[in-house]
Amino acid sequence: MINLNEVLTKGFDYKSITHKSKENKKLANVLRFENIFQKGLGLTGIILIIILLSIFITLAITSMPSIKHLGIKFLYSKEWNPVTDEFGALPFLLGTLLTSLLALIISTPFALSSAIFLGEYYPAGIVSNILKNIIELLASIPSVVYGFWGMVVLVPIIRNIELKLHVLPYGVGILTSSIILAIMIIPYSVSLSRQVISMVPPSLKEGAYSLGATRFEVIRKIIIPHTRSGLFAAVLLALGRALGETMAVTMLIGNSHYIPKNIFSPGNTMASVIANEFTEATGNVYLSVLIEMGLLLFVVTTLINISGRQIIKRYIFH
Amino acid sequence: MENSILNVQHLNAYFGEAKILSDINIQIPKNQIVSFMGPSGCGKTTFLRCINRLHELTPGARTEGSIYLQEEDIYKLSLILLRRKIGMVFQRPNPFPTMSIFENVIAGYTLNGIKLSKPQKEEIVEDSLRKADLWKEVKDTLHKKGTFLSGGQQQRLCIARSLSMKPDVILFDEPTSSLDPISSNKIEELLLELKTDYTIIIVTHNLQQAARTSDYTAFFYLGELVEFNTTQVLFSNPLNKRTEDYISGRFG
Amino acid sequence: MDKLIRSRFYKDRLFKGGIMLFTVLSTVPLLLILFYIVKQGISSINWDFFINLPKPVGEKGGGIINGLIGTSIIVLVASVIAIPFGAVIGLYLSEYSRDKLSYWVGLCVDVLQGIPSIVLGIIIYLWVVKPTGHFSALSGSIALAIMMLPPIIKSTEETLKLIPGTIKEASLALGVPYYKTILRIILPMGLSGILSGSILSISRVAGETAPLLFTAFGNPFINTNILKPMSSLPLLIFNYAGSAYEDWHKLAWGASFVLIMMILLLNIVTKILERKWKIQF
Repeated sequence: MINLNEVLTKGFDYKSITHKSKENKKLANVLRFENIFQKGLGLTGIILIIILLSIFITLAITSMPSIKHLGIKFLYSKEWNPVTDEFGALPFLLGTLLTSLLALIISTPFALSSAIFLGEYYPAGIVSNILKNIIELLASIPSVVYGFWGMVVLVPIIRNIELKLHVLPYGVGILTSSIILAIMIIPYSVSLSRQVISMVPPSLKEGAYSLGATRFEVIRKIIIPHTRSGLFAAVLLALGRALGETMAVTMLIGNSHYIPKNIFSPGNTMASVIANEFTEATGNVYLSVLIEMGLLLFVVTTLINISGRQIIKRYIFH
Repeated sequence: MENSILNVQHLNAYFGEAKILSDINIQIPKNQIVSFMGPSGCGKTTFLRCINRLHELTPGARTEGSIYLQEEDIYKLSLILLRRKIGMVFQRPNPFPTMSIFENVIAGYTLNGIKLSKPQKEEIVEDSLRKADLWKEVKDTLHKKGTFLSGGQQQRLCIARSLSMKPDVILFDEPTSSLDPISSNKIEELLLELKTDYTIIIVTHNLQQAARTSDYTAFFYLGELVEFNTTQVLFSNPLNKRTEDYISGRFG
Repeated sequence: MDKLIRSRFYKDRLFKGGIMLFTVLSTVPLLLILFYIVKQGISSINWDFFINLPKPVGEKGGGIINGLIGTSIIVLVASVIAIPFGAVIGLYLSEYSRDKLSYWVGLCVDVLQGIPSIVLGIIIYLWVVKPTGHFSALSGSIALAIMMLPPIIKSTEETLKLIPGTIKEASLALGVPYYKTILRIILPMGLSGILSGSILSISRVAGETAPLLFTAFGNPFINTNILKPMSSLPLLIFNYAGSAYEDWHKLAWGASFVLIMMILLLNIVTKILERKWKIQF
């Protein structure tokens, strides 16, 4: 006869039940499954971490041929010769930085205005809802559609402007892709900035109003200084997004391997080079160079992402 | 005490470093209504939750000492078995929102995979709802969701749900504090009926409720069990000054 | 004194005007793009468009059926991979939110969300395409699945966190084992949230091109075998937009129109579901 207490004690050896009464067996099974379930949940979390680490390690390892062969030259050379295995990513680094920064500059006035509009002037109501939906819709449009539209609508316009300025009328180029990029990142900066602005404690604003400040003054002297770190994080996260954007930029940047002379020149970003040349890359080093660019993108966007979110967390808990 | 169903010895309970209960020793008599009372923060609810080991759900919680349910050490008993022998009714009624009234009452069985035939299920549901004094009001709407009932009815549904497991002890954590006086009254009358078959422990904030309904009363203060006696004696002739102060309203 | 106050009021009005102007201007691109897509796309749409393959240059007509079927299959397979996995991780994060491991898992989710999609394409190429020797729809689905994980995990975690703790306690107090409490009571209650997160993630990846460039690769013909290269709407658009031929441009517009309509529909469904679970508690 089995002592029920013993059967159901946690450390019991389930396999040694000799008296296989149905009730005992069932309870033992339940306890065993309980354990598996809780450990299993934690395991899926660990699997996710493993996936992320594997991504990084894969990129690092497959970049090795390129790192060994080119070393630091990768960063400052502007040669791009698949035949002699001489690669330098400088034009693409510059292209990436130029387009992203230009996109930030172009988009910030619009994004900030919309954020102030939605966070401060019209935080609720029909107008606010319509606007929020429109901005969300902007984020839903696929990158490739942006690129296509840019090709058909934006490029001719830029070409006209270039003709008038007596510059080579490529149509495509740094400026064109920056404009599209700016449009694409607006939803992301608006959403975060708006939240940050609407979190300013009313008591702070009311204190200023009761002293006779105008709305403009409250925004300029109270809200903006208060939200400075949050807004910075929003810009940072938008930058991260811009750096990784591929399709629209690829279709509008002109695909040139030379360092862009000015914003009207064609160029390339790291992402667009990868997109264009990955499937045609012959040779170990060539492919590895492209992967190294992918590694660079991965590391930079991850760092930007983490710092941005850290800043936001700190801002919220202040 | 002869005929005690729960025997608590030297129980201490902690949340991390903070000591919530100090050296609780008490024997709960069978088939009686015992109320735990005391001012806010005195540990009475924590103690209640130690009895069915729900206290352990909170991270950082731990206990020392022993509790015996009918001579069995509850810390050696499996949690699942223990909680089938001890039922609990909470402060706010919490019927399962995705289930009908019928399914709620029988939930203890279905969720545990215990197979019952349809007539068996119907018998248990009707029996439990009758005991909880809810049968007449819901017998025609058993397959509607439980959340459509009033607060008082929901609470009786939760009682029926606990009753269906045929526990030995039922714990009530301030069961009427979120209910109106009429519903509260119904529940108090219900407790008096239930004690013939079950042992009832009720935590209450309401002195009058304790005096009305319970046979025994335990008074807690700052994590200590100050006094435990029959309700009649504790209220008319408290042995401890702190008990007397609390009862006469000098604090709490 | 009077002059100063008047100038302050003037600046205030000017500022508000400027804000409103720039805000309205922000909406202009969207309206332009949508207008253009509808105008160009609608003229390409007819029944033939949906059931035909793209025709070679010069021949009139043609359709996008390879892209339609391709997108459907690739996204379906990606969902089958991502939704269960994402829901379980979301469950883990909501139940064990105070564990140290949980912090790192949450960090991973954030990092995963920020990885450029082309990098994911590279990774899956190295992990799946290179070892197997050929492009495949399956590899494309895996890449998309990784992109789908963060939204699904986040919305699962949010919904489950909203469920009042007292429901869990009631079940445990009845002697129901923890795992059954989660599977039979808590998860069903969170279902609409998990669903809305899933549909949201589908709407996000349906339009993705970069991860498919070197995985699913594209296919001029209809293919339902996930172990072979497959077309998809975004890939179609990319290829035909980049060509110089007017006919193919028309196809690309039609495909863009269909794609946008699909995404819009999914967004609306998500909103409806979100309203349902956000109000529930």
